[in-house]
Amino acid sequence: MNKMSWPGKIGVNLLAWLVSVLMFFPIFWLILSSFKTNALAAAREPAFIFSPTLASYVNALIQSNYWHYALNSVYTAVGSTLFCVVLGVPAAYSMAFRRSKRTDFTLLWMLSTKMLPAVGILVPIYIVYKNLHLLDSALGLTFIYTAMNLPIVVWLLYTYFKDVPGEILEAAEIDGASLLDNIVRIVMPLALPGIVSTGLLAIVLAWNEAFWAINLTSIHGSTLSVFVSGFKSARGQFWANMSAASTLSVLPILIAGWFTQRQLVRGLTFGAVK
Amino acid sequence: MISFLLIGPAVIYLFVWMLVPLAMTIYYSFRNYNLIRPTFTGWAGFANYAHVLADPDFLAAFINTLVLVAASLVLTIVLGLFFAVLYNNEHVFGRNILRTFAASPFFIMPVVTGLIWSNLMMNPSFGLLAALWRGLGLVPIDFLAHFPMPSLVGIVTWQWTPFAMLVLLASLSGVPEDLKEAAGLDGAGAWKTFRHIVLPQLARPLYAVVMLESIFFLVIFGQIYVTTSGGPGTATTNLPYYIYLQAFSAYDIGAASAGAIFAVILANIVAIFLVRMIYTNIQEEA
Repeated sequence: MNKMSWPGKIGVNLLAWLVSVLMFFPIFWLILSSFKTNALAAAREPAFIFSPTLASYVNALIQSNYWHYALNSVYTAVGSTLFCVVLGVPAAYSMAFRRSKRTDFTLLWMLSTKMLPAVGILVPIYIVYKNLHLLDSALGLTFIYTAMNLPIVVWLLYTYFKDVPGEILEAAEIDGASLLDNIVRIVMPLALPGIVSTGLLAIVLAWNEAFWAINLTSIHGSTLSVFVSGFKSARGQFWANMSAASTLSVLPILIAGWFTQRQLVRGLTFGAVK
Repeated sequence: MISFLLIGPAVIYLFVWMLVPLAMTIYYSFRNYNLIRPTFTGWAGFANYAHVLADPDFLAAFINTLVLVAASLVLTIVLGLFFAVLYNNEHVFGRNILRTFAASPFFIMPVVTGLIWSNLMMNPSFGLLAALWRGLGLVPIDFLAHFPMPSLVGIVTWQWTPFAMLVLLASLSGVPEDLKEAAGLDGAGAWKTFRHIVLPQLARPLYAVVMLESIFFLVIFGQIYVTTSGGPGTATTNLPYYIYLQAFSAYDIGAASAGAIFAVILANIVAIFLVRMIYTNIQEEA
């Protein structure tokens, strides 16, 4: 136990509260603005106390195309995550339980593709998508999000699978369990919490993605990133609408993010931090 | 053979979606290829590279990229370290909840981050900071017009300080308590304990955060797209934004590809060190 004087204790507490309030304040302000009228949201005197209205939420959910974009976001985020799990589970299984000389190299190579800037492959992807009619489609985005998240998913699943004792698998094999049995009946249930949080992280990352969504889609396949960026020239106008649309787009993921903080650190550091 | 069946699909998928397009980018960078000049074809040699290097906008974008990465790195790491030490202090009441709130900016979509700051916060007439400035008797500043790069750095810092904080916090909790205690018994003050016991333990994670953030900051796009659109002029145009403009405003596929290769090279310089570090970690664990 570290000794600390009373003034010191009060000091660090005040500081910690101050930091949290300041960091969270812009998000709080966004949420607060979403309950104002458009005029009040852009008032010159910031309003902290007012009678809240749901008008902007009604506008976002009923009058705008919110659901079209939200469904695309769900489709691309969940779809790419499922693809990642389907491709990633066998790969991570092999890396954890059937190690060979090439395992480390393969893992490292996969992680290094994550260090390739997206802009380095933008032009060819755009041209190929144009020829394959994948431009402006949620399916096209799903494919690229799968490639974007696959290295992280494989890496995280690998770290979770390594915690499953190999003896269980050996025993099962002696009892005649097939490879598929091993994966589906033993490893996946034992590593289920890890698989779920890995999936959650992949959803968060795909949901928030902007570069590909803006460059590859315009309407049909567009996600909430594109929808919300439509407000970018709202200089003082429709701020309540903008805030409501933004709040609806970030809130579910913010809450998911709170529960994936640890996986996030593990996943986004690619094993560079132990 | 079975191993190949297990790993193969993931490897092939990444190969097709990452390395094949990269090879195509290299190919295009040596071709004459402009979407609005269909007759302009054939090998270009290094003409696209020469064109890009002679373009003052490219040079500006290159420098902007370095400034954005470097400034955001310094700020996120200094603040992240400070926040991490703060939330690691066991005397802070409710520190897990406080930490979660402080970490929140990291989960906000970059596009929404841009909107919050460029509109609700920094708008010179209706923004909260303008109201604050007026309240202090000052003339409100149009941050994004007059201080575009510092504003952008501020926005990126708000979004990414939580990342540095979370990584460092995870490493801080691994610093043995008795080590700190022993230092305290030997008469070391809080600063000395931090400087000589805690900081050396954080050397590796700090090194990792520098490289990881460099790679993530090199590709910042969403925040720029909604706040400044790379402007005013080229003041906040970074390499990704420059390449985006070359490809989709100038339709010059060749030049865009040459520019992209520079971005890849820049990322690779960092990636080499990062891969080496990950490799050592994997080896130590195996």
